Amino acid sequence: MVNAGKDQATVFEPSAPYAIEVNDVNVSYGTSRAVLDVSLKIPEHTIVALIGPSGCGKSTLLRSMNRMNDFVSSAKVTGEILFRGSNIYADEADPVLLRRQIGMVFQKPNPFPTSIRKNITWGPGINGFQGDYNKLVESSLRRAALWDEVAGKLGESGLALSGGQQQRLCIARAIAMDPDVILMDEPCSALDPGSTLKIENLLLELKERFTIVIVTHNMQQARRVSDYTAFMYQGELVEFGPTDGVFETPRQELTRDYVSGRFG
Amino acid sequence: MSNTHGMTPTNSAIFGGSLRIPGEKAAAKTVVRATWKPRQRWRAFSSKLFFFTSLMATVLAVAALIYLLQSVAEQGLDRVSWSFITSFPSRFPAKAGVKAALWGSAYLTALTAAIAVPIGVGAAVYLEEFAADSKLRRFIDINIANLAGVPSIVYGMLGLMLFVRICNFGRSLLAGAATMSLLILPIIIVASREALKTIPMGIRHAAFGLGATRWQTVRAHVLPSALPGILTGVILSLSRAVGETAPLLMIGALSYMAFVPETPMDAFTVLPIQIFNWTARPQDEFHVTAAAGIIVLLALLLTVNALAIFMRMRYQRKAQW
Repeated sequence: MVNAGKDQATVFEPSAPYAIEVNDVNVSYGTSRAVLDVSLKIPEHTIVALIGPSGCGKSTLLRSMNRMNDFVSSAKVTGEILFRGSNIYADEADPVLLRRQIGMVFQKPNPFPTSIRKNITWGPGINGFQGDYNKLVESSLRRAALWDEVAGKLGESGLALSGGQQQRLCIARAIAMDPDVILMDEPCSALDPGSTLKIENLLLELKERFTIVIVTHNMQQARRVSDYTAFMYQGELVEFGPTDGVFETPRQELTRDYVSGRFG
Repeated sequence: MSNTHGMTPTNSAIFGGSLRIPGEKAAAKTVVRATWKPRQRWRAFSSKLFFFTSLMATVLAVAALIYLLQSVAEQGLDRVSWSFITSFPSRFPAKAGVKAALWGSAYLTALTAAIAVPIGVGAAVYLEEFAADSKLRRFIDINIANLAGVPSIVYGMLGLMLFVRICNFGRSLLAGAATMSLLILPIIIVASREALKTIPMGIRHAAFGLGATRWQTVRAHVLPSALPGILTGVILSLSRAVGETAPLLMIGALSYMAFVPETPMDAFTVLPIQIFNWTARPQDEFHVTAAAGIIVLLALLLTVNALAIFMRMRYQRKAQW
């Protein structure tokens, strides 16, 4: 397999405004380098998919966008990531405030072991939400396409739901914060096809309001939901552009091989 | 990495072309299989052998406990009565009771819990949730584990120096409780840390992802989930404190007390010391009294442990993953 050099990467520049701008970002864990010199611009109100084989650095890149890598003590990030025009890795940036504006949905559904209602209200509560909590719970669950299934049992434990419902609860929990961006780390990898379909349809509705960055192993999923696709390989960004272009007329041989299923 | 999603693989796809259907003509290709030695009988026998070995280990442990209980009950059960619990010690074995020692044990345990639990759980939360992985933390880790293994008499000597003399608490309940707290702190810290470690990282990440600070995450999600485990550790360590004698002898708990301590600065005695005192006397009647004292102490310990089980069950119902 040819190693994609940085200078030969094909990186498309979408038009402004951008939700997130990644400039020359490197991430390393101890001596191993997980992300190498990645730059890309994520336009507002779009869905951007990060694809690539296991270990290519796509999850690491995603986690650096809301500083979740801070919790890995060996992780080191250089370069800059701009959110609303300011560098989230600047000394004066507050990661707690940042994560309030950039929500996250994780690979494994991780509802709190409390009631469905409390799952939704806790985040807004600690961040000083002043509105009507009943309305917030209903609208968040409706937007996550979960309301009809849980309306009568908001007091029950979030852990009593099925896997697919738990993941939609986690999405509702993220939506309730009314963030600017939602990062999703393989949100459907633990779910059955029916739940996956529901979440994909949900994403298409959510982009009206939020910018979504989704890491996925599933190329069909990337193709179905995303507006832009970034293909990463061995820590480097190989190709970034409109999804149709990346899948139908890839500029890089490596991308062509990957999207046609020749490796991965 | 798969690229077969969206399609259900058919049987022939799973088994390739080599799926053999009975009655069908043998395929042209013959499959060579390796020789297998299942050793079925040896495996079944060794499984049974292990079952009996572990069963015997359990029986032995329970038998020793039953023998102890039986011999104590035989000697002392007749002696246990309401007046035994409500009388002070006496030089007449028939009149002697455990009132001072029972109250002393209860007060000492409560005071020890009040000192050791906040400090122990606080230290565990700091080490597990806040402290960065550094050389200093690893040094502290090792030393806490070592402290749990230090003989209790050593804590007694430390307590005598530090609390009785330097802090000038005297031979008081407070000095005893402070010494006992030192003794059980490492146990509480280790048990609480283990309880915190069992909480999935996903819960913490979920909270951080919503813009929670570390303390908000710990306070709202990690501590409540870890509470059953922490409580178990706390109560088991307290029952250790109830049974300890050596450090209290060292700091000078009295062996004859004709009053119930009223303030933390009062002198005190505890059940194990009272029992030790009675067994050391030459008269046989006092040995019966000692056996009765052991029954009271065991009843106290079992009550404390039952409380631990009850609280754990109560809180465990909430969290399951």
